[in-house]
Amino acid sequence: MEDTPQKSPAPEQVILRMTSIGKSFLGVRVLRGIDLSATAGEVHAVVGENGAGKSTLMKILAGVHQPDEGTVEIGGETRSFAHPVEAQRAGVAIIYQEFNLLPERTVADNVFLGREPTRRGLLDRAAMDAATSRLLDELDEHSFGPRDMVKDLSVAQQQVVEIVKALSVDARIVVMDEPTAALAEHEVELLYRLIRRLQGRGIAVLYISHRLREVFDLADRVTVLKDGAHVATVRTSDVTTAALVKMMVGRELDAYFPPRADEAVIGEPLLTLRDAGNGKLDGIDLDLRAGEIVGIAGLQGSGRSSLAKAIFGAEPFTRGEITPTRPANVREGVAAGIGLVTEDRKAEGLVLNQSVRDNALLVTRAIGRGGRSHRSTAAVAALLEKVRLRPPRQETEVKYLSGGNQQKVVLAKWLTLAPKVLLFDEPTRGVDVGAKAAIHDLMRELADTGTAILMISSELPELIGMSDRIVVLRDGRVAGHLPAGATEEAVMALAAGAAGAAA
Amino acid sequence: MKRAIPIFLVLAGLLVAIAVANPYFLEPAGFLGFLKRVAPLAILAAGQYFVIVSGEFDLSVGSLVTVEVVVAARLIDGDEAMTWPVLALLIVIGLLVGLVNGLVTTKLRVPSFITTLGAMLILSGAVFLWTGGAPRGALSQGFRVFGREGVWAVLILLVAVTAAVLLMRADFGRTLIAAGDNERAARLSGVRVDRVRVFAFMLSGLSAAVAGILLGGFAGVSAQVGQSLEFQAITAVVLGGVVLGGGRGHVVAAIAGAFTLEALFTLLNLHGISGALEYAVQGVIIIAAVAAGGLRLPALRLSPSKV
Amino acid sequence: MIALVANPTRAVYAALIATLAIGWALVAFDGGAFTLNDIVGIQQRSAALGIVAVGQTLAILAGSLDLSVAYLISLVSLVAAETMAGQSSNILTAVVVALGVSALVGLVNGVVITKLKVHAFIATLGVALVIRGVLDHLYDGPAGRVPVDFQQLGYARIGPIPVAAILWAAVAVAVWFLLRRTRLGNRIYAVGGDVEVARLSGVRTDRVVIAAHVLCSLCAGVAGLLLASRLGAGAPTVGTDGGYDLESIAAVVLGGTALAGGRGGVAGTVGGVLLLAVLDSIFNQLEVNSFFKDVVRGVVIVVAVAVYARRTGRRAS
Repeated sequence: MEDTPQKSPAPEQVILRMTSIGKSFLGVRVLRGIDLSATAGEVHAVVGENGAGKSTLMKILAGVHQPDEGTVEIGGETRSFAHPVEAQRAGVAIIYQEFNLLPERTVADNVFLGREPTRRGLLDRAAMDAATSRLLDELDEHSFGPRDMVKDLSVAQQQVVEIVKALSVDARIVVMDEPTAALAEHEVELLYRLIRRLQGRGIAVLYISHRLREVFDLADRVTVLKDGAHVATVRTSDVTTAALVKMMVGRELDAYFPPRADEAVIGEPLLTLRDAGNGKLDGIDLDLRAGEIVGIAGLQGSGRSSLAKAIFGAEPFTRGEITPTRPANVREGVAAGIGLVTEDRKAEGLVLNQSVRDNALLVTRAIGRGGRSHRSTAAVAALLEKVRLRPPRQETEVKYLSGGNQQKVVLAKWLTLAPKVLLFDEPTRGVDVGAKAAIHDLMRELADTGTAILMISSELPELIGMSDRIVVLRDGRVAGHLPAGATEEAVMALAAGAAGAAA
Repeated sequence: MKRAIPIFLVLAGLLVAIAVANPYFLEPAGFLGFLKRVAPLAILAAGQYFVIVSGEFDLSVGSLVTVEVVVAARLIDGDEAMTWPVLALLIVIGLLVGLVNGLVTTKLRVPSFITTLGAMLILSGAVFLWTGGAPRGALSQGFRVFGREGVWAVLILLVAVTAAVLLMRADFGRTLIAAGDNERAARLSGVRVDRVRVFAFMLSGLSAAVAGILLGGFAGVSAQVGQSLEFQAITAVVLGGVVLGGGRGHVVAAIAGAFTLEALFTLLNLHGISGALEYAVQGVIIIAAVAAGGLRLPALRLSPSKV
Repeated sequence: MIALVANPTRAVYAALIATLAIGWALVAFDGGAFTLNDIVGIQQRSAALGIVAVGQTLAILAGSLDLSVAYLISLVSLVAAETMAGQSSNILTAVVVALGVSALVGLVNGVVITKLKVHAFIATLGVALVIRGVLDHLYDGPAGRVPVDFQQLGYARIGPIPVAAILWAAVAVAVWFLLRRTRLGNRIYAVGGDVEVARLSGVRTDRVVIAAHVLCSLCAGVAGLLLASRLGAGAPTVGTDGGYDLESIAAVVLGGTALAGGRGGVAGTVGGVLLLAVLDSIFNQLEVNSFFKDVVRGVVIVVAVAVYARRTGRRAS
């Protein structure tokens, strides 16, 4: 490696050892018996589908959550962290997808926040700048300096700031959560180089990603999680892509999904996109037909949510032919009978402090449609019955409902519109099994009554089980079409670009 | 509505205490007198409620009240025939000031604290510029009757309370509180967030106009008539358990907050704690009320909202 | 022009220079002239507001605000004047007591906001009411007496420069230094910018907010001492008559500090205060009605913030 002389770590010096980690939230077991270890200078990838437990495991390491069982050893010492700051002091640095930086402060300020060096009681800016500069140099990063404001940096540069911050506290373990999700292709190369340098310094890098290409490019070992359990830890040199995919997804399709649409049920296109695009999407061709559920697959950052928001009018298309309506804003979208069940229910879907009733009637009231009868207790009761809210209490504030019931309220909100097109972004994320089935049934019922449905899901079994046809996105473009009942491997291959013509 | 229960208990307690200290309070004339005193603040609190529940502030209502009274005195100048045209004009002024506050806040994205602070300076400056420094003219008898006659004041109060309750039950009110609770979710459901907020500011302006009309009759014309009423109104709303930042609280509770504040003043007066310490007590109570509300919240959050 | 607006601090100084130039021209046209005396007058008048606004900058930068400064100023003027009781020998004691009272009020503000989790608006409004009650209860009018020695603070000059202006400059430089060169300053920006990020970086955020409030109140205390020296006595209405609560917030915001915290600084605040004072002065020269001044002031503040909002809005989108 082209590295500055570092004390090269002993080959098998174990820095991190997590043993038999278990964790439950509200009685639901999300992790059990997880083992994970990492040695100095190792890049250790952690893979698994959404909901496999990767992020919970990392949050335990970071001190955000405390494990119910199992131990965390760092440098041979058993540690338990009550607060993220304690984990940081122990040498664990996490680089989240959402950066923890202050945009209005300089790079050096951010790097040293909370432990600013002082000289005779005064802030030693010279030392801060010098130390930051030195670390930037070591990372071969010359495109910005310690005095630049973070808000003026690109996403990739901000990631470097996070890494510098980690290095400045002498982190021994650096966790990267989907670090390439927001990066452009040429920036990914730079990230690779950075990771190699961390490795050279004897740091253990835990690398969480869906992108198997990156895993094989970077990692020495890979740990596969599935449904909160440990499947395997293998050397990347001992395993093939296909074998790895099998370990991740190899789950029996025991879940029940409602029967797919009959060809006869599928009607006219209710929405047609031709060569549509905006800042994040390009050349999208898509038909949404009455009675059909179209599944949208793709990795994080592939433009799935952007597609839903563009159709809905929240982040409108700027080019292409969209018929019959191309909403320029949300109200036009709603008026045209398009609804969007957003990915982040709490931030974008619900007014949490209001009652079930107020949430269910929000769309009706916003567009002033329907008379008094639509707002009557009986009408709302019928609506809640339709979405199978249990118990169907109208006056409960939605913040007290379970995830599943909250999602049913979101659905109720859109049902009042009698939507022509309904877009679902991760409709069952954070939803318990029973409610999941209910939501799936509801989606199919809606399709059967003539609604065109678009569904985004990172859970491949769900996507495959529900969709009448699957469209795979990659880098804001359509990467391919798959028929109903495609295999997970086929979807993954298209989405990750593993097969041939990949980027 | 559950959040509002404490304020009603406190209010009931205060009213009982007043009645014990001064049985005259229980007679129709005594109680009517109380209602008459409370009416302007209660109406202002209702107006302020709309703005606060949508996530904003209106600091301009105090000077707006002064403006309304001073304008009325100058234009009417004792002429009975002018009473009704001027009343109509006052309402228009109130709505207009609210409209401007709302537009500057939503369209120019100036924080409402600053918008309405600016409006406060502009309004008081403008009206005295116009009258040459001190209130001039006089109100007509026809004008003063609203604030002076308990029956009128109570009637207006009743109409205002009813209107406020109906508005909050209507689509407007529900979308307003939704916008204050989660602006993004409201927008993504098709709510015209800017429009409902502007309307809330207009209601606040309207409430200041009505309060001005009542106070003109009740307290007479002076340059101080509206002084620090904005803070009293905000205090009342917050006492009613309405959360600064928006999205939570009931309009009836906000009005009850105004009643509580006025009852507190009355009681303090009865016990000889006059004007002076009144403020100190008010200060302690408002902090205590909000602190109690704030400390209760984390406990609530432990309920199963996170899955 | 665009470059000027891109930085609010620069924008406010540009506006200040433009106002001075236009004002000069208008006054000259009117047949008058700006004299050294006028400039001195500007400094005199703005010193008290300036000192309060510098303190208010700290509270606002930390993501809070302080509505209690006006009543605190009155309280401090009375405490100081009564402690001095006309004796020069009491000056030191009086200053210490006055600043002690100020720090205590700031501590209460900070603790109520952070530990009782009361919105800063309500917390400081409540504290303001408490102080008002105490003032109204104890005083009907001016009280205490400030010895002649101490009155030098309000009236003396060193060369052409009033001591009051020097005091203001000293406070401003001290706070500027605090913000630029100390950990506390750095953390005030961090807490105001994003409390969560600060907390996750190991900053004890409550302490930072409390410290900002104590310093803010100390500044108000200094302003109270200055006003007492000028009046020769303490007065229960000196703070509110000057409208120091809302005016100081207005000056801070006019100087480009974001009301939401985390962005801005003392330099902008000084510019904001000077701009308001220069406007005042020009209107005095032109013998414009004082109420017109209020109108212009209100318009200036709203327009300035609207301009800053446009700038940040564009960046965000």
